[in-house]
Formats: sequence, C-alpha cells, structure tokens
Amino acid sequence: MSPAPPALSLSGISLALGGVPVLRGIDLDVPAGSLVALLGASGAGKTSLLRLVNRLVMPDAGRIRLFGADIAAADPVSVRRGIGHAVQGGGLFPHWTVADNIAAVPWLLGWPKARRMARAAELMAMLDLPERLAQRFPGELSGGQASRVGLARALAAGPRLLLLDEPFGALDPETRSALADRLEALHRAEGLTTLMVTHDVADALLRADLLLVLDGGRIVAAGPPALVAADPHPAARALIDQPLAQARALASLGARPA
Amino acid sequence: MTAALASLPAALAAHLAISAAALALALVVAAPLVLLMPGRPLLRRAVMGLASVVQTVPALALLALFFPLLVLLRTATGLPVPSLGLLPSLLALALYALLPLLRGGAGGLAAIPDGVREAARAIGMTPSQRLFHVELSLAAPVVMGGLRTAAVWTIGAATLATMVGQPSLGDLIFAGLQLQDWRQVLLGCIAAAALALVVDAALGLCEAGIARRRWPPALAGLAMLAALGAGVAGWWWHSRPAAATAPVVIGTKTFSEQYILAELIAADLRAAGQPVEVRSGLGSGIAFQSLAAGGIDIGIDYTGTLWTQALGHRDVVPRGSMLPVLKRELKARYGVIVAARLGFENAYALAMRRADAQKLGVRTISDLAAVAPQLRLATDLEFQSRAEWAALQAAYGLRFAGARAYTPVLMMAALKDGSSDVITAYSSDGALADADVVLLADDRAALPAYDALLLVAPGRDALARRLARYEGRIGAGLMRQANWQADRPDNKRTPAQAAAWLAAEAGSWKADWPCRSTSARPAAGR
Repeated sequence: MSPAPPALSLSGISLALGGVPVLRGIDLDVPAGSLVALLGASGAGKTSLLRLVNRLVMPDAGRIRLFGADIAAADPVSVRRGIGHAVQGGGLFPHWTVADNIAAVPWLLGWPKARRMARAAELMAMLDLPERLAQRFPGELSGGQASRVGLARALAAGPRLLLLDEPFGALDPETRSALADRLEALHRAEGLTTLMVTHDVADALLRADLLLVLDGGRIVAAGPPALVAADPHPAARALIDQPLAQARALASLGARPA
Repeated sequence: MTAALASLPAALAAHLAISAAALALALVVAAPLVLLMPGRPLLRRAVMGLASVVQTVPALALLALFFPLLVLLRTATGLPVPSLGLLPSLLALALYALLPLLRGGAGGLAAIPDGVREAARAIGMTPSQRLFHVELSLAAPVVMGGLRTAAVWTIGAATLATMVGQPSLGDLIFAGLQLQDWRQVLLGCIAAAALALVVDAALGLCEAGIARRRWPPALAGLAMLAALGAGVAGWWWHSRPAAATAPVVIGTKTFSEQYILAELIAADLRAAGQPVEVRSGLGSGIAFQSLAAGGIDIGIDYTGTLWTQALGHRDVVPRGSMLPVLKRELKARYGVIVAARLGFENAYALAMRRADAQKLGVRTISDLAAVAPQLRLATDLEFQSRAEWAALQAAYGLRFAGARAYTPVLMMAALKDGSSDVITAYSSDGALADADVVLLADDRAALPAYDALLLVAPGRDALARRLARYEGRIGAGLMRQANWQADRPDNKRTPAQAAAWLAAEAGSWKADWPCRSTSARPAAGR
C-alpha cells in the first residue's frame, strides 16, 4: 500500500435506478496511476459505476473520494470538467467539427482559441488522426477515427482520471489492438489513472493493473489479473474461462502436426 | 387597382405585424411545453392531442369563435376585454401556429441521440450550455422546420383576421371578392404569398446558420427579418396620426354598398379635419357586436336585420311602427344610437330569371309557392338560418327542390348560369339593373323592412348628432347606381370614386342640404 491517498476511493456505495438496485455495497480503492479494467455481463453495473464517479448520478448511500476530496461536496460541473469521460458509443457532437469536439472541455474551461486548436492538433497527432480531418464533422469519420476523436476529447484538458466506457466497442480487432496500445502508452506516459469498461477479457488480462469483475451490482472479484484469473467465483470463472479455453484451443491448433 | 395598390403598404405592414405577434405568442407558449415534454408522455399526449384538434377547426371558424369566448370572458370578469380586432386575431392565429411548433420542437429534441446528451453532461456542460450548444442546435433543423411551417400558415391564415376587424391583406382580398375586382383579390393573394416566401427564406437561412454553427447565413436571415420589421415600424411612423385626436373608426360588412357609404362618411369627416379609419370586411353579426362593444364607432345596418338578428324578434311589424321600437330597444339593450335613416332600403327579396317567371306565370311569392318544388333555391350564407327564412316558409309554405348557400357575390352568377332558379337578392344591388331578372312581390308581407340606418357606438352622442344630417339623403336609385359603378364588370369604379359620385349627386355635405328630389323612399323592388 502506498502512503499517498488512492486516486479514487468508493466506500459503501449503493445505487438504485427506478426502484431497481443497480449497485450494492461497493468498496473500492484505486491507486494513482493504475489502469483498471471493469468486466462483467451487461447490466452488471459497469456503466453506472463510471457515471457515479463522474457525478452524473448520485449514490443512494456511500461516499466517493477523488484524490482525497469528497465529490458530493464539490460542484458537479467542475468535477466533470476535471475528469476525462468517454461515454459509451462516443457521443460526439454531430454538429461540431472534429477539432471543436476534441477541444470541447478546454472550450468549457475558457482556454483561448489558439491554445485550444493547438491542443486539438497535438492530440490528433498523438492518436494518428490525419490533420485534414480537423474541420470535418463526425458523420464523415470511420469507426476507428470516431473512437480516436472520443478518446482525444476525454484527454484534451489533461485530466488525472480517465473514464472510458467500451472505447473500442465496435472496432475490428486489428484497429482495436492498435488503439489499445496507443492508449496504454498515453496512460503510462501521462501518469493517468484509468477506469475502462471492456468486453475484451483477453486484452484486459494482458494490459490492466487491476481487474474488477461486477455481477448483479456487486464486485465479485478484484485484484491483479493473475489473481482474478484464479478466482473461484462463478461469474469471474465464466468470464475468464472463455478466453483461456480459446487460447488452449489455439495452442493445440499450433501443436497439431501439419 | 391604383387605389388597391395605394392601400397595399398599410395592409402589408398590418399583416406582417399581426402574423409576427401571433407567431411570437405561439413560440412563447410552445417553448416551455416542448422543453417539459421529454419524459412526460402524458403531458406530451395531452398537448399534442389538443393542438391537433385545434388544427382541424377551420381557421375562419377559430377566429370567429374567439368573439363569443371573449364576450363571455368580459361578462364573467367585468374586465374591459376587447372581443374584436387585435386580441381575437392574435389568440386564434397563435393557437393555429402551435401544432407545427410543438411537432417541430418535440420531434427535434426527441431525435437527439442519448449518447450525445450523456456526453454533453459528462464533459461538464452546464444545463444552459447543453440546451443552447447541443440540444437546441441539434434540434434546430427540425424546430426551424416547424417554425417555418408555422410562419407560412400564420401568414396565410392572417388574411382571415379581416373578418374579425383586424386589418390585414384580407382587406384587399375580401373587398376584391365583393367588388368582383379579381386583380385586387390577386394582389392580396400574391402579396400574402410573397410575404410568406420571404419570411420562409429568411428563416431558412437562420436554420442553416444555426445547424452548422456558421454566422453568415444566420446573420443574413436575421437581417432579412430585421428589414421586414423595420419596414413595419417605418410604415407606422410614416402613417402615425398627425393629430392627437383618436381616429373615428367606420366598420363595414363585406359588400359594396357598405364600402361606398363608409368612404362617403370618411371623406366627409376628414374634410372637417377628423381623422378616420375604415375597417372593412367585418362579418355581418360581428359588425354590429363590434359597434355595440365600441370597437368601431360608426356602422351601417338595416332595420329588418337588426330587428331579427340583434333584437331577436320573430314577428314582422310594419315599417312605420318598427323604427321607433327599434331605436328604443337598440339604445336600451346595447346603448347603440341610430344617427340617421339614410333613405334607401336594402331588402331581402326573392328573384328569378325573367324568362322563367314569365313562362311559369310567377309575379309574387304566392305564385312561386305553387311551382317551388320544381325549383332550386340559392341563398347567401346566412339567409337559411335567419328568422326571415322561417317567416317566409311559414307565410307561403315554400318548399324548394333544393337549397344551397353561396357567398353573396356568386348568387347572381348561380342564377345566370342555371345552377339555381330562385335566389335571395338585395333590393339595392346594382346588378339588378343589368341582369334580366325579376324580383317577386312579398304579397303577404312576411319580410320586414330593411331601411338602411347609420348607427353610432354607445356614448358617442356628438358623433351621432353630426351624422344626423344624412337623414333621408340617399335614395334607393342613387344607392343602386353607386353600387353598380363598383360592381359592374367593365369600367369599374373604386368605392371611394363611387362615394365621391354619390356625394356630388346627393348634394354638398358642407353646405346646407338643398332639397333635392332624389327619392328618399324605399326601392320599388319588392
């Protein structure tokens, strides 16, 4: 345990939406600089967990601390501007250019235009987005390009915490892997703390510092990938066993005599 | 036509002003409703349902219905709520504009993807930033589409505001229809259409600008709208009354005789330095109610019409005994003052083609009753619901093969082209002199007298005294000739020209009246 406070700390969090419990008794400490992968079936509460952290919804019980400060006491708008949140499906503004989309949070923070545009150009270069796309609209982008713009928008104002909800959801495996590499490199280089919802269990096992498996609104397994891979909880097993079985099958395919 | 052209700027300015005001009111009502609708399906269904029902009511009926509603409101609250002119037009047109605005607004907001809304919150936009920079900008094309539809509908429907006493381009259209001056009708229609197109184009530019977050088209659209607004303001500034005295308002129903007499009196009062406003084309019942309510100061009406319609009498009394009772009851019930009996009558009468009348041997309505079952009747729009029709049927046992209602200007045409065999004619109609028709005698005196009266609004006693000198001045022959000058298909005169001719014929209004021998007796039509 490092002596510094965790980047993110959730204690006793529960949340019900429309009378239906979504999260129950969540306790979680995320050390600064970790890349956390949230795994779980649809409806397990992964997206809700990110929304709670970004104060898009308030918990019915419990406390969330961001770098030691209780977010319930802060102004929600400034909390959100300090966090990079890429929502599910990207949520790019279709009537804003790529550059304006990327520089949205800097614009909200009142950066001068030149600085905003320079930042957008910098991020586009970092994420392999061709410069000529800056004045295009999101409708003209490919899926991979749109995902990169979503990521760039989350990173634009230099947040310390990044919340990514299935950032590579609808991409082909090759693009996804390339983008995940780039994200991981950025995460390490900028010293970010990242919470990422993903369905790519193999990728999560290989990249994440910390895995969280949610099931029915509870954290049923948590820890470094190696530990979670050995966890006996049936929900964790169901998630982990599938890529492991695939890996074994692939390995036996390679061992088969030609 | 030149007179129509001269009155175009005023009508255009008034039309634009009432349309813009109604649209603004509709926007003020629709905007909060649209913003409240998401997540409230019950409210949404109730509001949209109501707006759809309103849309099924014909615009003219909607305008007319506000009149009794506002009268009711005034009686219930005791507040001085005007029931004619601006207020009912504004309310009815705004109500009419609601549906496209609500549809556009609700549709536009509903079409925004959930992910985009979520992202707007997640990156830390304030509620107002989300509303203006995301929701409204994204909804703009659909919202503006609704606004454009609403604007075009409102500008079209505003022509009907004329019927409840609000000046608009309808003044040209309705007067043109009555005078059968088709160029004037066309002028009014084209002006309304052009106005609608210009406003639509301006809003289209705004829409394009908002949707793409680009200033130049939006500014161009706004500049066009501002120019229209400046035009209206400029016109008002230009035509503001020079004198501090409020203008005397003369109201007319929708036929030539009324237009001519209004111009006659207007010229007379203006010559004496009194500013005058002529509000033309009021619905028949609305004209009297407007007078009683003080919305207009001077009106022209007819004894028989007042007897049955305004006072609700069912009996027919002789001319001599009707007038004193009428005067007393109008004063007692409405405060309306009878300033003068003009000297001619505009009576309802039944008319036939001369050839038919001769062939069938019909000279009186009694004769007609025998052959009526083979004949088709055409009346004006109101006659079949008037007490006079009931009286005629009761007195003569009239039964026709069929009865249709026409706008008055087309009745004579219906008789001429054979679509009808018998029509309700007006005894002062100038066309009677030209058409080969006969008026049938009311041999059982079932119809009342229809002496033309100059009426003055309650409390305007000085004005009534001033108009008293018209007593008996305009005979049936003169009126019919003046009407014909305005109605005839060729060499048509404007109501103002016909009025000038009538004034010259009837004598100088300034000097003391010379005792002319023009007939001050009722027309011999019946």
